[in-house]
Amino acid sequence: VSVLAIAKVAAEIDTGDTAWMLAATALVLMMTPALGLFYAGLVRSKNTLNTFMMCVGAIAVAGVVWALVGYSLAFDGDGSLIGGLGYVGLHDVTFVPRDGTTIPHLLFMAFQATFCIITAALVSGAVVERMRFGPFLIFVALWSILVYSVLAHWSFGGGWLAAGGTLDFAGGIPVEMGSGFSALAAALVVGARKDYGRQALLPHNAVYVLLGAGLLWFGWFGFNGGSGFSTGNPSVLAFTNTLLTPACSLVVWFLLDLIRGRKVTAIGAATAIIVGCVLITPAGGFISPGWAMVLGAVGALPCYAVIVWRPRTRIDETLDVLAAHGIAGFTGILFIGLFASLAWNGLSDGLFFGNAAQLGDQALAALVTPLYAFGMTYLLLRAMGLFTSLRASEQEEAVGMDVVQHGEDAYPSGEGAILVLPDADGEVLVADPS
Amino acid sequence: LKLVIGIVRPEKANDVLEALYRAEVRGVSISRVQGHGGELDRVETYRGTTVKVGLEDKTRFEIAVSDEFVQPTIDALCDGGRTGEVGDGKIFVVPLERAVRIRTGESDQAAVTPVAK
Repeated sequence: VSVLAIAKVAAEIDTGDTAWMLAATALVLMMTPALGLFYAGLVRSKNTLNTFMMCVGAIAVAGVVWALVGYSLAFDGDGSLIGGLGYVGLHDVTFVPRDGTTIPHLLFMAFQATFCIITAALVSGAVVERMRFGPFLIFVALWSILVYSVLAHWSFGGGWLAAGGTLDFAGGIPVEMGSGFSALAAALVVGARKDYGRQALLPHNAVYVLLGAGLLWFGWFGFNGGSGFSTGNPSVLAFTNTLLTPACSLVVWFLLDLIRGRKVTAIGAATAIIVGCVLITPAGGFISPGWAMVLGAVGALPCYAVIVWRPRTRIDETLDVLAAHGIAGFTGILFIGLFASLAWNGLSDGLFFGNAAQLGDQALAALVTPLYAFGMTYLLLRAMGLFTSLRASEQEEAVGMDVVQHGEDAYPSGEGAILVLPDADGEVLVADPS
Repeated sequence: LKLVIGIVRPEKANDVLEALYRAEVRGVSISRVQGHGGELDRVETYRGTTVKVGLEDKTRFEIAVSDEFVQPTIDALCDGGRTGEVGDGKIFVVPLERAVRIRTGESDQAAVTPVAK
């Protein structure tokens, strides 16, 4: 019997699907260093490394926490609010395919891990240039359990939203709205940079920003294209829409830039790429290519409006995670309710095709997710603030987080540094230049 | 006619500019320099290599002013540049033989007086 069982299991693995998911997992992991580059270009030069390291730190901490408990809480069983503890420490996560997929369970876990990692890294955009590195790592560990795993269970793991009929192809709920509205809470609790609203705080390297956005877009083909867990039609549809939607967002962003400032900006273009990728993330496998293009064009409008509005407020949500991810994710989730097409997705129609109930399911997620992400993140950081100082001192902030937090300089001049060598007693000798 | 040279922390350069603006000192050049003024060395580590950074980045202000503006300029540099820690920088005031505004050929006092709008 056991031999038969193994044979049956082996037959369920599809090599093509597995091959694609191996590649897709690597593509999504690459998005986090790409995000580090994107964010590093948007900050001042003295905070380059710290900003990048927040993304690297998310790979470290969220990756470990995911394997230990996060995956289990998100994907063990179909409890309404939270998963079980059956997969803690990757117990029982093996080569046997996960139910409903044709790929090894272990690979499914790894693919989902990369989502948790980049979502935690996204939130750092709200607190760069002033949050201390140590508390940020602790925040990532706790946030990936309290916020990401919970939202992932609701939308992907068989929780109440998925069970109720809400559609989310690649993470509009846990990744995009989860990070965007958490970022707003984090910005409010950590507080504005000391110079915010007093000095012009400008991006220090627009080429990093463009290159980071390009690499993110490249990785997003794995993110959306892999979220069908196969090489089947939903994956092909999501993959292609990941090309079309951001292209439309770019065109509209160009026009909005022209109207507002008479020039098409490079950092605006990089932002538009992100916005377009986020817009299609929830809807990728559910709407036709034509409607995906409409989504890219129309969905750019609210995001652009929030990006213009936010810097006029006292809210130093520094890298506009709310606009680019929260608002775009919100828009994409609702768009499914309007224009999902049974002919294209084989699951459900939206309001436009005669199924008003789908819009209700989507609206419920668009209402509850921001409230949960914002509320839980706010409470978590407030609680952490009782035990430790979340941000660096004004003096440290002025000097820059690279030197203060990491003892390194992103752009050392190479001049004026004196070599220090350990001697036999473990003490240091300063090499004397004379 | 004096040339006021102020060497301050780069992170305080914006505060100095603000203070100069409030003191109505408008003609300023700045440059990035490296220097050492007796502060403690900063240790940085790159892989296995540990170094002491002996020369710190500083911002150098050069401001040519008429005599009655010397003290307000010094005050602005001090107010904007001071943190109270070692390494806040120095101010040097040196006599200036001549100043010429290239556009008009005006000399000295007229050359360092901002154009009235």
